[in-house]
Formats: sequence, C-alpha cells, structure tokens
Amino acid sequence: MNVRSVLTIFIAGWATEALPQGYAGLGTEAGGFSVPELGGQLSFPRDHGAHPDFRIEWWYLTANLTDTGGNDYGIQWTLFRSALAPGEAEGWQSPQIWMAHAAVTAPDQHLFAERIARGGVGQAGVLADPFDAWIGDWQMRSTGEAIERMEITASGQEFSYELQLFADGPLALHGEDGYSVKSASGQASYYYSQPHYQVSGTLDLPGGPIAVTGRGWMDREWSSQPLAEDQSGWDWFSLSFDSGDKLMGFVLRGERGDFTSGTWITADGKAEPLAPGAFYAEALAASDVQGRQVPTRWHASLPEKGVSIEVQALNPKSWMGTTFSYWEGPVSVSGSHSGKGYLEMTGYE
Amino acid sequence: MVLKIRNVTKSYPGQTPETAVLRGVSLDLAAGSSLALTGDSGSGKSTLLHLAGALDQFDSGEIEIAGTRLSKLRDRQRAALRRRDVSLVFQQFNLIPSLRIRQNISLHARLGNRWDPDWGHVLVDRLGLTGLLDRYPEQLSGGQQQRVAIGRALALRPKLLLADEPTGNLDETASSAVMDLMLELVRESGAALFLVTHSNAIAGMLDQRLHLQLGQTV
Amino acid sequence: MIRSALSAILSHWRRHPLQLATLMAGLALATGLWSAVQAINGEARASYARAAEQLGTTAADRLAPEGGTITLQQYASLRRSGWQLTPVLEGTVRFKRQSFDIMGIDLLSHPLVPALAEAAEQDSVPALDALLPPGRFFAHPETARMLAAAQSEHPITETDRLPPGVLIADISLASRLLRQPDSLSYLLILPDQVSGLTPLQHLAPGLIRIPARSAAADTARLTDSFHLNLTAFGLLSFAVGLFIVQGTISLSLEQRRGMIRTLRGLGVPMRVLVVLLAAELAVVALISGTAGLAGGYLVAAALLPDVQATLAGLYGAAVDGSLGLRLEWVLSGLAMACSGTFLAGAQALYDLWRMPLLAAPAPQARGQQAIRSHKAAACAGALCILAGIAIIALFQGLLAGFVFLSGLMLGAALVLPLLIATGLRIGARLSTRPFTEWLWADTRAQLPGMSLALMALLLALATNIGVGTMVSSFRLTFIGWLDQRLAAEVYVTAVSDQQGTRLTQWLEDQGITVLPIRRSEIRYKGAPLRVYGVADDETYRLNWPLLEALPGVWDRVAAGEALLVNEQFARRHDLSPGLSLALAPDWELTIAGIYSDYGNPNGQVITSLAALLDREPDIPNRQFGLRLPAEDVPEIVSSIREVFEIPRENIVDQAGIKARSLSIFDRTFTITSALNLLTLGVAGFAMLTSLLTLWSQRLPQLAPVWAMGLSRRQLAGAEILRSLLLAAFTAVLALPLGLVLAWALLAVINVEAFGWKLPMHLFPGDWLRLILLALLAAAVAAALPARRLSRLDPAELLKVFANER
Repeated sequence: MNVRSVLTIFIAGWATEALPQGYAGLGTEAGGFSVPELGGQLSFPRDHGAHPDFRIEWWYLTANLTDTGGNDYGIQWTLFRSALAPGEAEGWQSPQIWMAHAAVTAPDQHLFAERIARGGVGQAGVLADPFDAWIGDWQMRSTGEAIERMEITASGQEFSYELQLFADGPLALHGEDGYSVKSASGQASYYYSQPHYQVSGTLDLPGGPIAVTGRGWMDREWSSQPLAEDQSGWDWFSLSFDSGDKLMGFVLRGERGDFTSGTWITADGKAEPLAPGAFYAEALAASDVQGRQVPTRWHASLPEKGVSIEVQALNPKSWMGTTFSYWEGPVSVSGSHSGKGYLEMTGYE
Repeated sequence: MVLKIRNVTKSYPGQTPETAVLRGVSLDLAAGSSLALTGDSGSGKSTLLHLAGALDQFDSGEIEIAGTRLSKLRDRQRAALRRRDVSLVFQQFNLIPSLRIRQNISLHARLGNRWDPDWGHVLVDRLGLTGLLDRYPEQLSGGQQQRVAIGRALALRPKLLLADEPTGNLDETASSAVMDLMLELVRESGAALFLVTHSNAIAGMLDQRLHLQLGQTV
Repeated sequence: MIRSALSAILSHWRRHPLQLATLMAGLALATGLWSAVQAINGEARASYARAAEQLGTTAADRLAPEGGTITLQQYASLRRSGWQLTPVLEGTVRFKRQSFDIMGIDLLSHPLVPALAEAAEQDSVPALDALLPPGRFFAHPETARMLAAAQSEHPITETDRLPPGVLIADISLASRLLRQPDSLSYLLILPDQVSGLTPLQHLAPGLIRIPARSAAADTARLTDSFHLNLTAFGLLSFAVGLFIVQGTISLSLEQRRGMIRTLRGLGVPMRVLVVLLAAELAVVALISGTAGLAGGYLVAAALLPDVQATLAGLYGAAVDGSLGLRLEWVLSGLAMACSGTFLAGAQALYDLWRMPLLAAPAPQARGQQAIRSHKAAACAGALCILAGIAIIALFQGLLAGFVFLSGLMLGAALVLPLLIATGLRIGARLSTRPFTEWLWADTRAQLPGMSLALMALLLALATNIGVGTMVSSFRLTFIGWLDQRLAAEVYVTAVSDQQGTRLTQWLEDQGITVLPIRRSEIRYKGAPLRVYGVADDETYRLNWPLLEALPGVWDRVAAGEALLVNEQFARRHDLSPGLSLALAPDWELTIAGIYSDYGNPNGQVITSLAALLDREPDIPNRQFGLRLPAEDVPEIVSSIREVFEIPRENIVDQAGIKARSLSIFDRTFTITSALNLLTLGVAGFAMLTSLLTLWSQRLPQLAPVWAMGLSRRQLAGAEILRSLLLAAFTAVLALPLGLVLAWALLAVINVEAFGWKLPMHLFPGDWLRLILLALLAAAVAAALPARRLSRLDPAELLKVFANER
C-alpha cells in the first residue's frame, strides 16, 4: 500500500508502530507542542473543534447496532489529526495531516477503509461551531445543538453507511475534569466522551442495504505525549451495560508494569473517575488475526462496582489493516453485568 | 617469313631447364602457308602457340612476327601487334557474350583499325552467318559459334592466324566442314596459319606438319 | 565422414582469407549499424517509459484544465465529493540563473511516492523534512549535481528512479517556490475509486480527463518520427550490409562447387553437405554478429550524446546519457545476423542443392535472361512505388509517410537495373568505336552481378540527398526565421523585476526602444502553453514571421482582442485565423494569425502585453529586446554593464544568440550526417565486394579481348571506367529519388512529426559533391581489382584458353 510506506517514512513522528517509543509515536517528546495541564478547563463547543498546537487528536465514534432480524453489527468512524509541527498555516503550508478510518463489523465480516489528507486546503478538517468534521466525502456533522444531534457518513470500496445520532445524556469528562493521566510518571491527555448516542440509519453492505438501530459512543482525546517511554500499547474497553451504567477502562501495557484507569458512568450520566489499578482486565483466549496472536476474550473486573465480566469479541478478526494497524471491534458482555461495547487493542505485533 | 621461331625456351615457375615446357624450339612459317603442330598433351604445343601469338613471354631465343622481334617489345607494343597482325581461334570459341554476332565478328578488325565491310560481308556470307548477325553467342550452336570465331579472326585479315584445336568441341562431320571452310578462307585472306591439333586427319589437311615432344620438335 | 568433409569445406577459407574477412566484415557491419540504431532507440524509449513511469503518469488518468490552472477550491470540492485525487503543480524554478523543471506532488498520496520513500530510506536521513520548510528535493543524480551547485538551502535526495531533468518536491515547497499557493497544474485520478460517485464531467465540466497511457505516450508520440528515421537508417544499413554478405557467400559456394562435386562423388550425401555449409554459415554469423554487436554498442555509445542533444533540442525529451546492455538487444542482434546470413545465403545454398552431380557448371547464359529478370524487377518496383503513392493519397499520418517513402525507395531500387541496362544499351548504340562499344556491352553484362551493390548505392545516395536537402532546407529556413524572429539588436536579462524596471527606464532615457519579453505558462488541454505578451511596436509589424494572418493583424493584437498562435499549436489543434481560442474559461480571443516557430516542441501564443498584464500582473519582467543602431551596440552593452550589475552572459547581442541557436541546430543533426556517411561507406564497401566477387567470372570475358590486342593496362582502365559508369548512372538516378525523398520529409514527415512545414531549397553544389564522392567510392572500389588486373600474369589469362577447362 503506497500511502502506508510513505507515512512510515515521512511521518516518522507518528506512524511507526512497534518502535520503542510506543504505539503510534505517542511516547515521543512534546517538542514545541502544547501539553495538557492539570486544571485546564475544557470549554464547549470550542473544544469539539481541533487543537492544532497539540501533536495528536481524535474524534472516535463507535456504535453497536442491530438490524430488524436481531443481527449484531458494529461501526467505527474515526478522524485522527496529526501535526508535523505545532500550529496552522495557509494552504499547502499547513503542517496538519488528517487520517480517517471507517469500519463495519458483523460476526462474519469486517470491512474497513482509510482516507488521508493534508490540512490547510479544505479537503479535511474540523470546525467547532457548528460542529463539522470531514475528510473527502466522509463526514460527521452536527444537525442540532453542538454535538447533540449528528449525521455521519463514510464509504469504502465495499461498504458505506449513513447514520443519525442523538445524545440522550450529558458529556462525560474523564480523569480530573477531562485531564486524563496515562502513566505513573504523569503523561496525560485531554479526554472526554459522549457515550449516550441513540443511533439509527442504514448500512450499505455487499449484500444490500440494512436498516439498523443501536447505541453509540464518541471519544474525544488530544495530547502531545500521552504515553510513557516504556509503554507499547493499550487495551481499551467502552462498555454499556443493560443496567444503563457504562464503563470505560483501559490497560496501558508497559515494561515497568501495566497502568490501568477508567471511568464509571452511571445510568444518569454522572462520570466517576477510577483510581489507577481499580480496573483490571486479563486475556482469557487469543485468536490468530493477520498472523498475530490477539486476545479476543477477556475477563474484566471493577471490584468496587461489583463488576466481574467476560468480554467476547463479536468478530475476532476485526483487524484494522490500515496505515498503522490495530484491533477494533464490537464485543458482548456477560457475567455480573451484561451488555455490549467496543474493544480496541493496539501494539500487538 | 610471317613467323620465325628460333631456339625458344620457356619454363613455368618451379621448372628446371631440363623439365622446361619448351626447350629450344625453332620453326618458320611463310606468308600464305599453313603449319600443323601436333603432340601429346603437355608437350607444350599450346604454350608455343601462345608465344607465337605474343600472348606470353619466353625465356630465351627469339620470335619474329612479320619482321618484328617479340623479345624487344613492351606490353603495349605486343598488344598493338596482336591488335593488327595476329588473330586467334580457340577450342572454346571465346566469343564476347555481351556482344551480338555482328559486333563479335567485327570487333577485332575494328580494334585493329582494319575493318573492311565488304570483306566482312563476304565472310559472313561464306560462313553462313547471315541470319544470325543480331543474335548473341549463347543463342548459337557450337558449330555456329566456331564459325563466328573464325569470321572474327579473319575479318582482321591478319598476317598470322593462330588456331588451337579449333574444332576440338565439334563432332566429326561439323569438324571437317568447318576445317574446309576455314582453310579456304585462310587461303583467300592470304594469312599464314599456325594450327595446334592432336588430330592426324586435320594435320593432314595443312601444308606442313611438325610434332612436338617433351618441348622439342621432332 | 562428416569430420573430413567439414575439414575439406573449411579448407576453402585458408586459401581465401580475404573472402572470409569480407564476409565477416559485411555481416559485422550490417549487424553493427542495425544494432547501434536499435540500442539508441531502445535506450531512448526505455528512458521515456521510465520517465513516464517514474513521474507516475502511467499509473493514473489525469484531470487537466482546458486552459489555465485548477484552483485549490476546485480541488477540495472534488475531494469532498468523494473522488480520490492527488494534485500536481508544475513549473520552472530558477536558482542562480539556472532553470529547473519542478513537479510538486502531494507526498501523502501521489503514486510516485514509494520510489521517493525508498530513496529517502537509503538516504538514511529523517525524511519528515520533505513536508516541512525549507523542504527537500528529489532528483536524478545528474540533476541533483546541477541543483546542488545552484542552491544549498534545500537538501536533495538523489534517486535514479527519477528521470533526469526534473525536480520532485512536496507540493508545499513547489507552491512556495513557484509562488502559486492557490493553483494546481493537474490532478491524478487515483485507482480504486468508490463506486457511485457523481461523474467528474458533471462536477468539473471545465476539466478534461486524459487517459494515463496517452499522457505517458506524449513523448513517445513526439519522438516517434525521430526513431522511425533512425530505424529506417538502421534497416538500410542492414540491407546494404547483406548485399555484401550475399555476394561473398555466393562466391565462396561457387568456388567450392568443384570440391563439393568431388565430395559427393566420394559418397558424402548432399544433405550432409548442405547441413555442414549451413552450420558453417551459422558459426560465421554468430561470430560476426557478436563482433557487430560490440561495434554497434560502441557506435551507439558514441552517437548517444548527439541523440540526447537532438531529442532535448527538438522535443524537449530527456534521455539518460548512459547506455544499458539489454539481453533482448543482444539476442535480437544475433538473431538478425543469423537470419540475415541465411537470407543472403539461401539462394546460393538452394542452387547448390539442385546442382546435378555430373553436369558442367551452368554456362553464363545471362543476356536475355537478365533482361527478363530486370523487367520483372522493374514491374515489382513500379508496383511498390504505386502502392506507396496510393497509401499517402489515402491515409495521413507519420506511418503513411514512411510507408510511402519505403515504397518509393524499394521500388526505385528494383527499377534501377532496368534503367541502367537501358541506359547502357543506348550508350552502346551511340558509340562508334569498338572499344567503347565493347565497354558498354561488357558493363551491361556485369550488371546482374553488380545490381545489388548498385541498389545499395542508390539507396545510400538518395538518402543522403534527401536527408541532406531536408536538413539544409531546414537550416536555411531556420536562419531566415532567426533573422526575422531575432529582430532586436541586443537581448538583456535582468536579475530581478526591480532591476528590470530600472533598466527599462534608464534605456528609454537614452532613447532606446525597449521590447519587454514577458510570458506566463498555462496548460491547454493538458499540455503546456506559453502565453507571451508583446508591446505594440513596429519591430513586430515589420519582422514577425507570419505564415497566415487576418487583415490588420497587429492592430487587433494590440487592441487585446486577438492573438497569434505558433504553427505547431495551430496544426495540433486544427486552428486557423478567424477562429477563437479560450486561454481561460473567461478569456477568449480571436486567432489573428499563425507564425512559424521552429525548434520548439510546445505550443505558444502571442497577445497584447497589456491584456496579459491585466490578468496576470505578477509575471516576471526581466527579459528585454533593445532596438538601436547596430553601431551603438558595443557602447550600450558596456554602459549597461557599468550602470547595472548584470552578469555578462545576460547581455547577448543578436549575432551571439544566432550563433548559439545555429550551433544547437547543427548539433541536433550530427547524428543524421554521421549515419549518412556510414551508409555511404557501407555502400562503397558493397561495391568493392561485388567487384571482387565478380573477379573470377571476369577473366573468361576479358581474356579474348586481351588476346585481340587490348593491353592489361587498358583492361584495368576499362575496369575502373566501368565502375564509374555504373556509379554515375546510379547517382544520376539517385538525384530525383533523393529530391522526392526530401520533399516527402519536408512536406509530409516534418508536418506530422514536428508540426511545421518547411519550404524546400535546392543545393546543387551538395549534389555535385555527393556525386563526386560516389564516383570516388566507385573508383576506389574498382581500384583493387583493376590493380590486380594490370599486374596479372598472362598465364592466368591464358588458362581461359586452355583446352582442358
């Protein structure tokens, strides 16, 4: 793949996967970029938009959907921003590079596509108000107040989808008011979510169009150096329980020990940050995906909330074979709680 | 004497005086007379004929043609002598294939600046070539070609006519007819005839006869 | 048995080493010239293909504006409609007065990127800097050297996976250097588009889609004529070389007839003998072919710089200076040598095959038979010529032109023997002296054996005359055109726009007319088009080389309502005065005239300077033509240099620029004249071998005449005279043929190939020189046999009369 080799070479600060400095270059020095600060106040709708002074940022939407026949699907719509240098400039001089991933996952198929574009010339970008994030003809656009109502579209060679989102709950700020610590040595990012989307729309798959409904979860995160030097990847869970409670939990795998954290979001939308180590997860079984061993069945627990669950991938082959590759797919939850969610695993080589 | 040969020797490269092709040959031939030279193959008769025609050079002795001593002549003068005074008839006829019969007959005479159309006409008539003048040699039979060769030789009215097995390529009947005609015309032209043959019959038709053996006359 | 038969057959060459040498030299020559041309063509074509591939133009269709450029907004909106496109911005940048073509690409999406990524990897520097200021260049090592000498601000990654002559940079750097932040030259349509998108012709009606292959074939199409030309030369040389080979093979087989008869008598089957002889030929062909390939490689290597110059000068096509050794080239060269040898030897081998065991050698029954075969050949030749004429009457295009030419040349060659035979017959009829009569007749008799060599000579001479006339006509026209085009006495290039403005002011204060030369480069239907703006000055009205024009042409141009187009642009797009031309969607002008513009592969138009500046006020203002009395030139030149800091080479007087243009022109045609001379040399060699081959058949024809009183010296003289006679006849016939060839080259091939038609001029002095050269070649070729004849031992001649033959 052309673009892949380019990026591997040209965007040395970003796209090199299993290098010692960690996944996607997130372990490198901040070098002139802004860094998240404790006590920095998030402000909306401004912070729905892009932060070009930070090295990396994403708008990350996942949704668990079902069709009228009760079949499960997952979709992903992600826009990444990566800055070669801090700040913005006119036209081709812009140092901002945009990359987007879209995927549709069913038990027996996983379709994905990727788009890459430079900033500055209008082919990709994010506006805060009214909210509009786009790359080519892929788009996530507000149709109401801020990001309360949205419309998303994406298309690849074999699929496309068009979905409407409606948030029936508040934003959840992770960590301390959105300041989310990512290592014991203090690396951090700004991180908030909108986990309360009702989703409806149409998936266009090789077999024909399918009407779907379900629940969606959007993550917003930006930083310049969120991983510690020794961290090489993460396992990230976003789970919605049938009870209405939600759990975001992640394990950052490091040579000097794993770092775990997360947020408990109550059914009424209150976000409670979890202390490091409160959440933990262990792999129960791995699947052979694209020649790698990737854990696709997990045991996760959060004792303080009585959570002890088994998380099972809907489709173990949900590998995103994109410029930098990772595992991302819908999961089902059973055990102390039942529900659905999304699992993301990076750094498995 | 038209042809006077005195004690001529001739050897080819690699030959010693003992094995030379001609070892002191002498003979005389008067105007209007004829001489047949016989001998086995390799006896040197063709060589002698060639020397008599100023075609080749001899080692010692002397040859005089119509009073001109050949040993003193340079290449150009020998060519001039051949052009004017000597003509040849060969077994292979050796006509010029690119010229018509008419031109073949007159060529030598005209080269020697001695072309006499009347005499040419007589020759053509007598040789029975009248209808063939516009043809090319390759279109003629062997006997016809030889008659053309005879016509060409005699058109010059040479002082000396040299003939090397002139009928060697013809069958016996044609051969004697051609010989008769040639001798007759030679007499009319007044040329001296020096003829090489291995045929006793033909040799018998001439005034004199000389036999060559191992490079010497006997 | 086979071994002893073989050694008997081969013993022939020990006795005839010269014959072997001739055979091998002929074959090596034929193979050598052919493969030299193939090597050159192959190299150039590979270069184009590489260039197209390396520039990514083969990978994707292009979307190009009909005229002008594409705006960023247009690009972004196409992207937002879902099309996967990658932008390209092209232009010329100058560093230290040296110009470079730059191609700005999006390093994230252009298909060329893997090659660059690989190069960057080898460079082992972090290549992130390609995307960030100051930015990095990627270039072929040759170009990189020049660039490194001209600037040091931008690091360069060298890669021979790029064609020479072009700089690749990220579009961010290119748009900075070209000061075009908002425009794009064209877009590449990437493969793997999502289905169901709105068609591009609806989204961007102003842009035209150019298929990938045709974009790559641009250079190939432009240079096709040149390569066809070379191929024709190569084939000609090959054919001429084969004439030599044919002669020698026939001779060697004829001389071995006796031996072969004996071998057959001794019980060696004919089949074995023919196989042995064929094997012998194959070995000779392989050895000589290899030698020819080596020679061809050297010739190609020697000619390549000139070819490079030609291609760059005439077509703007860059060709690598190094010559690669390709396996298919070697194999095809050897195959060519072998098949050529067998073609040349087939007749002789066939005759041998049919030779009866005992019959005497066939008598040389030539006369009538020869006339018949001459007539048959002439009929075939006339058909060839007619077919050629029919083709050119029915079809157009470069190929039709070449078909016409080959029909004409081949036909003329086939008609030649009959014409010469007729001429000789007339000569014979007119001659009165017996010697000349014999000479004419004998020459005619020689004709069948010489005709192939004479055909070769005819072709070589006609080509020389044709190509020479074309080049000289072109040169003469070019000089006249330079006189018109370069009407100003002095041309000055300022180092900056500010200096240009001050210079103009200063010169005008001196009372000198200043003609600014300002241009902008746009794209018209995907190809570059230069738009020049000219001031309204009588210099143009008096001198500009107009081919066709509307009345009041200059007034209309000055009024900004009309433009002039160059001939090649007009021909390419079928434009004529009175039609209108849209340079941009909102800028349409009437074509008021067409002017000749030689030595320029690209389109060019001229319009009013004021009108151009209205639209593009920022185009550079650095070049000027000055009108002043010729005697004032030295003084003005030196005072300009005193007052302004302008480098010496930036001030060129008319004479200097003409000299420079002419030297480029002459260099361009060096290859042509070199091939011309080589072909003539080969034809001369063919004559020599023919004469040597005929030698053994000559004696029976010469001996009787010698016996009748022509001296050997006279015969030798006749030999040379005969050769001269044949060459002279051929030369006289080659002249009209060459002129037709010249006409076809000027009026048909040039128009197709370059887009301009040239008037034909005649150069009788050149013809005379060429004819004398041909006669000299004939005399030299006959000199060897003649010398042998004049020194021949009479015994050799007497053998003809020997009875036992």
